[in-house]
Amino acid sequence: MLLEVQNLNVYYGAIHALQGVSFNVEEGEIIALIGANGAGKSTTLKTISGLIRPRSGNIVLRGDSITTLPAEEIVRRGVVQVPEGRKIFAPLTVQENLEMGAYSRRDPAEIRQSMERVFKSFPRLKERLSQYGGTLSGGEQQMLAIGRGLMARPRLLLLDEPSMGLAPILVEEIFSIIREINAQGVSILLVEQNALMALSVANRGYVLETGRIVLAGTADELLHNPLVIQAYLGGH
Amino acid sequence: MQRVATWRRKGLGRLFLWGLAALAAYVLIRNLVTNPTLFFQQVINGLQLGFVYALISLGYTMVYGIVRLINFAHGDIFMVGAFVSFYAISRFQLNQVPAQIVGGLSSNISAFLGTILVIILSMLTCSALATTVERVAYKPLRNAPRIAALITAIGVSFFLEYFAALEFVFTSDYINYQRPFPVQVWDIRGVKISNIMLIIVVTAIIFLVILQQIVRRTKIGKAMRATSYDTPTARLMGINVDGVITFTFALGAALAGAGSVLYAIAYPQLIVFMGILPGLKAFVAAVLGGIGSIPGAFIGSLIMGQAEVLSAGYLSTTLRDAIAFTILILVLLVRPQGLFGEPEGEKV
Repeated sequence: MLLEVQNLNVYYGAIHALQGVSFNVEEGEIIALIGANGAGKSTTLKTISGLIRPRSGNIVLRGDSITTLPAEEIVRRGVVQVPEGRKIFAPLTVQENLEMGAYSRRDPAEIRQSMERVFKSFPRLKERLSQYGGTLSGGEQQMLAIGRGLMARPRLLLLDEPSMGLAPILVEEIFSIIREINAQGVSILLVEQNALMALSVANRGYVLETGRIVLAGTADELLHNPLVIQAYLGGH
Repeated sequence: MQRVATWRRKGLGRLFLWGLAALAAYVLIRNLVTNPTLFFQQVINGLQLGFVYALISLGYTMVYGIVRLINFAHGDIFMVGAFVSFYAISRFQLNQVPAQIVGGLSSNISAFLGTILVIILSMLTCSALATTVERVAYKPLRNAPRIAALITAIGVSFFLEYFAALEFVFTSDYINYQRPFPVQVWDIRGVKISNIMLIIVVTAIIFLVILQQIVRRTKIGKAMRATSYDTPTARLMGINVDGVITFTFALGAALAGAGSVLYAIAYPQLIVFMGILPGLKAFVAAVLGGIGSIPGAFIGSLIMGQAEVLSAGYLSTTLRDAIAFTILILVLLVRPQGLFGEPEGEKV
């Protein structure tokens, strides 16, 4: 088991945002976490990354609890989040953004190698290397955000709404890159409102509703589940 | 109706500002024409003051950029730096140490190296003090409302002043500063330029270039910029934000420490309250340049130096301190984000 989330409870003041959320990610899997706006998908990712502290519950990475570790230590252990809305450092150049992704790493030769690998996946970033992050288009920013995440050499990549605000053709491109990253041995926890897209690349999925997991199953099962079709796939 | 009234009010405000600017320009040009020597002398003096302000205001602006805190204790850290250099020189003769270690060193070179030693000592002390203050007073309030940290900063400021005033710490009296090297003045067509002025400008420029290199090129500098732009995302990158904050405080205080020695050399009288006014003026300079912006703080400081010296020279010496706050009010009225700042809330 790569990641195990056990009975997570998170509060924003009096609001009980996550109510006993449990799920797991096996080595090499793509897991989709789907749900409507405000269901607690981003909260789940932020809690795993250490930006939000849960009131109770446990997050276990390969047998070790990471629940109370500071965010930077969680990155060092290979759990890397690509945040919602891309969150590119606008006043830093593309190259500097990528360097920030590798912040927890020391060996410059290996960092260079990772950067070359990112350029292989995203050739456009190489052309824009000295451009400021804020001047990139939305699609390029998403590529930079994912590339920056890869610079940390993740074992588990947490992707928060990678398709948000992108043209359909770019969404296709991003998802094919997600598959490619997974094929290189990186496990992925994918949070999406675009349930169809997410389930079409995922092995398994969980459906989150108002802070609870209400459904779990293989991607195929979920794609054919009448409840999911009704609520998230726009079916009749 | 209301629209017309607002328009008229805005028009009046603008008229007033242009009138003020025209008046200032008139006074300056008239004086430039009638007595150019005096005018250039004032500009030189303003330059000297402006570079000292630059060293202080960078600390304000960098700290604000990262933790959104106006560190009102910064001016008092500056004061401590000046006192440390006083004791280093007057009691321990640190400025003569190079001559004692290397016999036969010429007295000029020895004083030069000794001054560098004194500056480094002040910088280190200020850095240590500022990081301690940060750890003890500000860090526990990291997630508290901003106003709590601001009030704490004012409290720390008072604490440093009155603690330093105790007899077993520094003293509550004015003391005369002993310069680490003798003053030399050159007369260039009536304009007096001292070695102090040159040293201040050169030292300040060196530190500014070093700072720029740190912020642009080093890993920690890039992390500072990333953290300043978006702290949560910086944490997702594995950046140790607490470490970055500590480093920022240390860096800003080191610059203030260097500035304090230069300031004391130029205006050689010390008192525990000496940090208040330069601190506030440097803060105004940072706001003028756009708080959070490093080039802004630098340009703002040079403008402040000129504004202060020229108004003292041509309007009234009592206006010397008032002018800083007049500028603050005007900036807040006309362009609250300052010269180089971005309007708050532009971040998405």
